[in-house]
Amino acid sequence: MLDDFMVRAILAGLGVVLAAAPLGCFVVWRRMAFFGHATAHAAVLGVALSLALSVSIFAGVLVISLMMAVLVTVLTGRGYAMDTMLGVLAHAALAFGLVAVSFLTDIRLDLMAYLFGDILAVRRGDLAIIWGGSALVIGLMAWRWQQLLTATVSADLAYAEGYDPQREELILTIALAIVVAVAIKVVGILLITALLIIPAAAARPFCSTPERMAAGAAVVGAASIAGGFWGSWHLDTPAGATIVSVSAILFAALNILGRLRPGAS
Amino acid sequence: MALSRSTMAMNDEILIQASGLGVRLGGRRILENVDFAVRRGEIVTVVGPNGSGKSTLLRALIGAIAPSRGSVEHQKGLQIGYVPQRLHIDPTLPLTVDRFLNLPRRHAREDIAKALGRAGLPEYGNASMASLSGGQFQRVLMARAILDQPQLLMLDEASQGLDQTGTADFYRQVEEIRDTLGCGIIMVSHDLHVVMRAADRVVCLNQTICCQGHPEAVSADPEYHALFGAGGDEALALFRHDPHQHPHEPPLESGNAGDSETKKASSDAG
Repeated sequence: MLDDFMVRAILAGLGVVLAAAPLGCFVVWRRMAFFGHATAHAAVLGVALSLALSVSIFAGVLVISLMMAVLVTVLTGRGYAMDTMLGVLAHAALAFGLVAVSFLTDIRLDLMAYLFGDILAVRRGDLAIIWGGSALVIGLMAWRWQQLLTATVSADLAYAEGYDPQREELILTIALAIVVAVAIKVVGILLITALLIIPAAAARPFCSTPERMAAGAAVVGAASIAGGFWGSWHLDTPAGATIVSVSAILFAALNILGRLRPGAS
Repeated sequence: MALSRSTMAMNDEILIQASGLGVRLGGRRILENVDFAVRRGEIVTVVGPNGSGKSTLLRALIGAIAPSRGSVEHQKGLQIGYVPQRLHIDPTLPLTVDRFLNLPRRHAREDIAKALGRAGLPEYGNASMASLSGGQFQRVLMARAILDQPQLLMLDEASQGLDQTGTADFYRQVEEIRDTLGCGIIMVSHDLHVVMRAADRVVCLNQTICCQGHPEAVSADPEYHALFGAGGDEALALFRHDPHQHPHEPPLESGNAGDSETKKASSDAG
């Protein structure tokens, strides 16, 4: 069955959205969207370095994205507003990455695959990495769920309970870098944050607890993968972009429905 | 200070202690050389004008702010119940009252129901935190803080958003909690009137501790008067439950404050 490229592609997509669902909720709740962008954009540099050094793209991207995330965390609150700092770092990472890639003349054609994803080219080995990384992220989220939520509601409440909210933040940062590394093949660097934010935001109007919102985000994410494949097959459009388009349509539809619902707040 | 020694709680077990505590935030000196301790079973009220560092002191005590000088020591394994001054829950985060009370530790359904009953919000388990009024929100924060039966309860302006009867009720509840849990309690307030009544010890803070001791002794302290002026006298009068001490206040209002102890809070529930 795994010989069929469509089956592999769908499994890869599902692996990514399942991990992106709980993490994406935290990205939304903690307003980390721009932070996600910066981490994802740094992946271009990771791709360039991996190709230059002939190491696994997954490992290269993971390391560079993690370094970027830590750099952002360290630099915020030192002179510039978070917003400005992230704007500088996100675009600097993308620009430096593109410059670095241009030195590797023979792979210029492949760049599009990394920027926009190439889910139909997922191989068995990729699938193992995607599901391995995804399982790791889901495990991290499940393990720290209560503490992460407490720290998200209020850092001071977490301190009073004896947890260090900065440690919880670091766990989110690591999870984010892993998701970026596994999602490149699926939607590409430029659309990774969309896969984190849109399903979570789409699920929000119909969920009364954080757990339901995470589950809802997973359902919306899976529906986006299914709908995106169907659309890309019939319309002959790029798969990654179609997946994100479907999730955006679901976001709009669910939010309108949420407002029309009687007793909606 | 000599004042404080006589009023130290019967039990000498120190729960939390700050020694020579100094805090700087963004280059500004917020706290300086603060020596402060709370013992088991003791209600300590920290009063001081706006910007005197009251909230900063609490946040330094829970470890949210690293001291630039001095140290904070907790009793080993100290369980703290903390009621913050403000809590903003992002509207994108769906949170029912039940779910909030289960953070960070999950509790049995009956315990949650009991806690909500005690807080006067028995039907509110499935309500969203965002739908609560200011007073209700405050009572949920309080219910969460005492769910784990903390050894130390910290209340930062916890009576804000409550009306007069609600406030009086609130402070009676604080004394009840101390009596049933036997915990130490630190309260921060700029509302002198009510706070003085419930406290075993009052600490006057303005960057550093200017005076501390039994409420009545503190209100006689010139430092206290320098800080609070005439308002302090009013608070003292209320503390003594003596309306004749402050003839400038309309009799109806002072009567309300005195009588509120006998009323049940109901007006703020809606």
